[in-house]
Amino acid sequence: MIADHETLVAIAKSWGLFYLIAMSIGVLLYAFWPRNRKRFEKAKMSILEKDDRPWH
Amino acid sequence: MVSQLTPGERIAALITLILLAVIGLFMAAAGRADPLGAHGFVVLLSSTGLIFLLLSKSNGTPPDPARLLQYYDDPTKLGIILSMIWAVFGLFIGVWVASLLAWPDLTFDAAWASFGRLRPVHTTSVIFGFGGNALIATSLHVLQRTSRARLPEQFSPWFVLLGYNLFCILAVSGYFLGVTQSKEYAEAEWYADIWLVIVWVVYFGIYIRTLARRQEPHIYVANWYYMAFILVVAMLHIVNNLAIPVSMGHAKSYSAFSGVQDAMTQWWYGHNAVAFFLTAGFLGMMYYYLPKRAERPIFSYRLSIISFWGITFMYMWAGSHHLHYTALPHWVQTLGMSFSIVLLVPSWASAGNALATLNGAWHRVRDDATLRFMMVAAVFYGLTTFEGSFMAIRPVNSLSHYTDWTIGHVHAGALGWVAMITFGTFYCLVPWMWKQERIYSPKLVEWHFWLALSGTIVYVFAMWNSGIIQGLMWRTYNESGTLTYSFLESLVAMEPYYIARAFGGFLFLAGAVVGSYNIWMTIRMARGVPATPMDDLPVSRLAPEAGE
Repeated sequence: MIADHETLVAIAKSWGLFYLIAMSIGVLLYAFWPRNRKRFEKAKMSILEKDDRPWH
Repeated sequence: MVSQLTPGERIAALITLILLAVIGLFMAAAGRADPLGAHGFVVLLSSTGLIFLLLSKSNGTPPDPARLLQYYDDPTKLGIILSMIWAVFGLFIGVWVASLLAWPDLTFDAAWASFGRLRPVHTTSVIFGFGGNALIATSLHVLQRTSRARLPEQFSPWFVLLGYNLFCILAVSGYFLGVTQSKEYAEAEWYADIWLVIVWVVYFGIYIRTLARRQEPHIYVANWYYMAFILVVAMLHIVNNLAIPVSMGHAKSYSAFSGVQDAMTQWWYGHNAVAFFLTAGFLGMMYYYLPKRAERPIFSYRLSIISFWGITFMYMWAGSHHLHYTALPHWVQTLGMSFSIVLLVPSWASAGNALATLNGAWHRVRDDATLRFMMVAAVFYGLTTFEGSFMAIRPVNSLSHYTDWTIGHVHAGALGWVAMITFGTFYCLVPWMWKQERIYSPKLVEWHFWLALSGTIVYVFAMWNSGIIQGLMWRTYNESGTLTYSFLESLVAMEPYYIARAFGGFLFLAGAVVGSYNIWMTIRMARGVPATPMDDLPVSRLAPEAGE
C-alpha cells in the first residue's frame, strides 16, 4: 500500500470516521453504564473528604 | 529541601548534578563563542550552585521517618513561588512588547530588545514559566490528595521542578541571544528540547508510580486531565522538535520536515499545546480546586468523563485550521475546521459543568474573590472556545487570520481562562500549603481580581476592534478593483488600540504584582507560627469527617 494522498483521504473518510464513532459510543456506554453510577458518585464526593495525610 | 532527602537520594542528586555539570562543561567547550557555549556555562553554573547547596545542607542525618505519614508538599511550595516569579517577569515583558508596537523606540537600539526576540521571551515565560510551574505544582498536590498516597520518593519531584526551570531559563536566555528554531511556542533549540524530554519522562514516571501506590480505587478525573497533559505534551514536543543540529558545537538546527509538512507538524503541535498544555492541564486544576473551594461536588461526574474523552480525541485533528488558504490540501483544512466545531461540545460541557457546580453557591462567588477567579475562568473558557470554533471556520478565518483578532482570542484564553484559574487555585492552595487559616489579605485578592478582570477586558476589546478593522481594511477594494488602503494606513489605524492593549496588559501585570505580594506575605505569616502538619486543611468543608 502506498501512503499517497488518495489512500490517506480514503482511510480518513472511512476508518477514521468509524473509529471515532465507535470511541464515542464506548465512552457514552462507560459513562452511563448503570453499574458505574455508584463509583462515580463516590468519586465526586471523595475529594471533599478529609485529606490531610496519606492513607495506610 | 535537602533535609527531606534520604542519604541515598542525596547521593543520587549529587551524581545527577555532577553529570549535568560535566555536560555543561562539554557544551561550553564545544560551543565556544556560539550561544551553545554560553548555555554550557548556564548549565555548569546552575548545577555547581546546586551541588554547593546540597553539600552545605547535607549534615548526615537521615530525615524523620514520620514524614512518610504526611504528603510531600515542598516541591509544590517552590513551584508556586517560581510560577509567580515567572508570571511577573513574563507579564512585564508582555507589557514591554505591547508598548513596542505603539512606541517602537522602546527597543533602545539593542538587538536583544527587538520585537522578534522579546516576543518569544514573553510567550515562553508566561506559558511555560508561569503556566508550566503552576501545572507541576498543582498536579503533585492533586495527585497525592486524590490517590491518598505520598509521592514515591523525594528526589524525582525536585529533578522535575528544577530541571523544568532550567529548560525555561535556557529557552528564554537563548531568545535574548538570538537563538530560535522559529517554531511558535517551540522556539527553544535542540539541546534544550532533549533536556525537556528527559525531565518530562521523569515527570510522567512520578505520576504512574504514585498512582500505582494509590489507596483510592478510582482515579479522580482531575488526574486524567493532568496525565493527558503530560503524555500528549511529550508526544507533541518530541515529534515537532525532530531536527538535525548543524554540529554538536552549534545551537542552530534544521527541522526534519520541510515546507507545508513542517507547517502542518508545527500547527499540529501548536494547537495541541493549547489543547493539552493550556486546556487539559488547567481543566485538571479546575476539576479539583473549584469543587473544593465551592465545597460542593462537581455537578456531573459523568459529563466530566465524556468531555475528557471528547477533548482528548477531537483536539488532535483541529490543528490544520491554523493553515487555512495555504498550500495545505483543502480537505485537511476542512478536517481541521470540522473538528474545531465539534470541539465546542466537550469544551462547553466542561465550562457548563463548572458553572452548574457553582449554581446554588452564588452568594459565595459574590463574597469570595478566590472562587470568583475560578468562576470567571470558566466563563472565559466557554467564551474563548466558542470564539475559537467560530474563527476556525474558513470564511471567518479569511477575515480574522493574520490580524489582532487572533491575539485577542489567545489572550482571552490565556488571561481570562489560564491565568484566572491559576490565581484562584493559588489563593486556595497557598494557605493550605503553608498551614494558614487564610490568605494574608482577602482585600488584596479583591484588588487582584478586579485588576485582572479589567485588564483582560480592556486587552480583549482593544484587540477585537483592531483585528476586525485590520481585517476589513485589508480586504476593501475600490471601484477600479484595487485595494483601498495601503498596509501602512491599516497600521496607523491600529495605534490607539495598541496603546489600549498595553494599558490592559499593565493592569493585568499590576494585579499579578499585588497577588505575588499577598502570597509572599502569607508565606511570611507562616514563619512566625509553628506549622501543625496534621491540620492540612483548616477551612471548613462539606463533610468534615466523612470517610474517616
